[in-house]
Amino acid sequence: MNRSTLSIGCAAGFGGDRTDAAAPIVESLIARGNAGVLIFEMLAERTLALAQLERRKNPDAGYAPLLEPMVRPVLRRCLENHIPIVSNFGAANPQAAAKLIRQIAQEQGISKLRIAVIEGDDLSDARGHELLRRYLKPADTEREIVSANVYLGAAAIAEALRAGAQVVVTGRVADPSLTVGPAMAHFGWSETDWERLGQATMAGHLLECGAQVTGGYFADPGFKDVPELHNVGFPIAELSADGSFVITKADNTGGVVDARTVKEQLLYELHDPAAYLTPDVVADISEAEVEEIGKDRVAVTGVRGHQRPETLKVTVCFVGGWLGEAEISYAGPNAEARARLAAEIIRRRMGDVLKIRFDLIGSLSVFADDDGNALAEFSPPNGRDARLRVAGADNNRAVVEQLMREVTALYTCGPAGGGGIRTTITQRLNSASCFIPRELVPPTSTFLD
Amino acid sequence: MRSTTQQIELHHLAHSRTGDKGGTANVSLIAHNANWFPLLVEQVTEETVGKLFRHRHPTSVKRYVLPKLGAMNFVLEDVLDGGVNDSLNLDSHGKTLSFLLLSLKIEVPTELVGQVGRERLNQ
Repeated sequence: MNRSTLSIGCAAGFGGDRTDAAAPIVESLIARGNAGVLIFEMLAERTLALAQLERRKNPDAGYAPLLEPMVRPVLRRCLENHIPIVSNFGAANPQAAAKLIRQIAQEQGISKLRIAVIEGDDLSDARGHELLRRYLKPADTEREIVSANVYLGAAAIAEALRAGAQVVVTGRVADPSLTVGPAMAHFGWSETDWERLGQATMAGHLLECGAQVTGGYFADPGFKDVPELHNVGFPIAELSADGSFVITKADNTGGVVDARTVKEQLLYELHDPAAYLTPDVVADISEAEVEEIGKDRVAVTGVRGHQRPETLKVTVCFVGGWLGEAEISYAGPNAEARARLAAEIIRRRMGDVLKIRFDLIGSLSVFADDDGNALAEFSPPNGRDARLRVAGADNNRAVVEQLMREVTALYTCGPAGGGGIRTTITQRLNSASCFIPRELVPPTSTFLD
Repeated sequence: MRSTTQQIELHHLAHSRTGDKGGTANVSLIAHNANWFPLLVEQVTEETVGKLFRHRHPTSVKRYVLPKLGAMNFVLEDVLDGGVNDSLNLDSHGKTLSFLLLSLKIEVPTELVGQVGRERLNQ
């Protein structure tokens, strides 16, 4: 096996991603003959709060709901070909996730499996609450906490892999750390090798949203066309010992990796390009360059790294209020005027009880503001197909229910020709963040018995 | 003095993607062609972007220029009406806002307008 290159494939970019992406990645890793690692990134900001709610209902739940369909088809192939699996699919219950993976392995006749579990991110226990009281804004400490997790880094993942883990299950870790950890373990980089960690972090950043770097979330017909997008291949980063890397994708799949897809994803969710903060390093792409070096192969160079922050970010989710959303359609002559009249009726019926937002779906919806200023100024050129959306939120569910009933009553009491009413009420989760000195929240790593 | 110009939507000259963190959105702007990048730097300023997003009441608009990528990154604070926490917007993440930026029209010298067309045909 060629050990001078480490190929890391990412088969999921969020908790609800496609479950058939891993197999082409794993086959490509095997075909290349390099050392390979398979990662799944499955935790958006709020995913963990939802997982924590599941765990409260059932102590054996709380891991990523799609873990099993993601892992089952590729577990044997990975183990047989020495491809470790590293993922944050442990979510709010990494131990339960590890047990599920062991069970899947046993069902497939695999008896020996080294599964490492990284914990220490979960601050929803008594000790965690004590810490949060010190570091959260005072107003937030009074609220009902659903989940509180610190973003752990790559070091514990690297340590588990060095100790022989074939599967590493984590809860909250920084997304790029899923890539940095395996690279540290493979190349023997130290925790303070900022230049290399900075490069691996940006490789991880490019991988962490799955197909977003291989033509997903990119196509714009006639402007940016993507071949075979329905079968988009997921990304693979090929890292070298000096930290330089190439982004490519699974063989025999659709999609595209070119300078444009890489640039879009490089800047995704970035603020200051010179200071992309993670638990591992401060990565710096202010002098980065991308170069197409072959079909679906892009080299990224010039990424730098600086000393890591002394604090770690914590995301806390609280129980939020109730969000009500209702829609009704008007079509044909004078449709827009009838939709606007419907909005006016709702506004006058509800008065100042709660803040209400109106949108004209198909004319002006997502670009507008909650205060309705953009909609007031806007006159659609067509105006013959108008779906009015009404949205309001309140801590008192009854108020939101009243708003939904007012929309429903438009059937008989509103303007002419309204139809297709749909209403939904959902509970919101609110989040806040704070920073805690890293020495107060050390990760723990254990092997499942 | 500049020759005659024509107003062209950014969509023809550049591409873009939005990301969010809390109530802050970042919107990238990447030139399709290195020749057009100076036009973008000159005309797509913090001020013009602030104006384009004025109804989303940004409290700050910061532009980062990345010449080696032929790209810029705009960070707009507080444009998401509270983001996923509080916004009543269908798109509480502001993911669609990249195409609001691409709807901005800039002045393109007539001799470059032909190039825009050719680039498009070649794609």
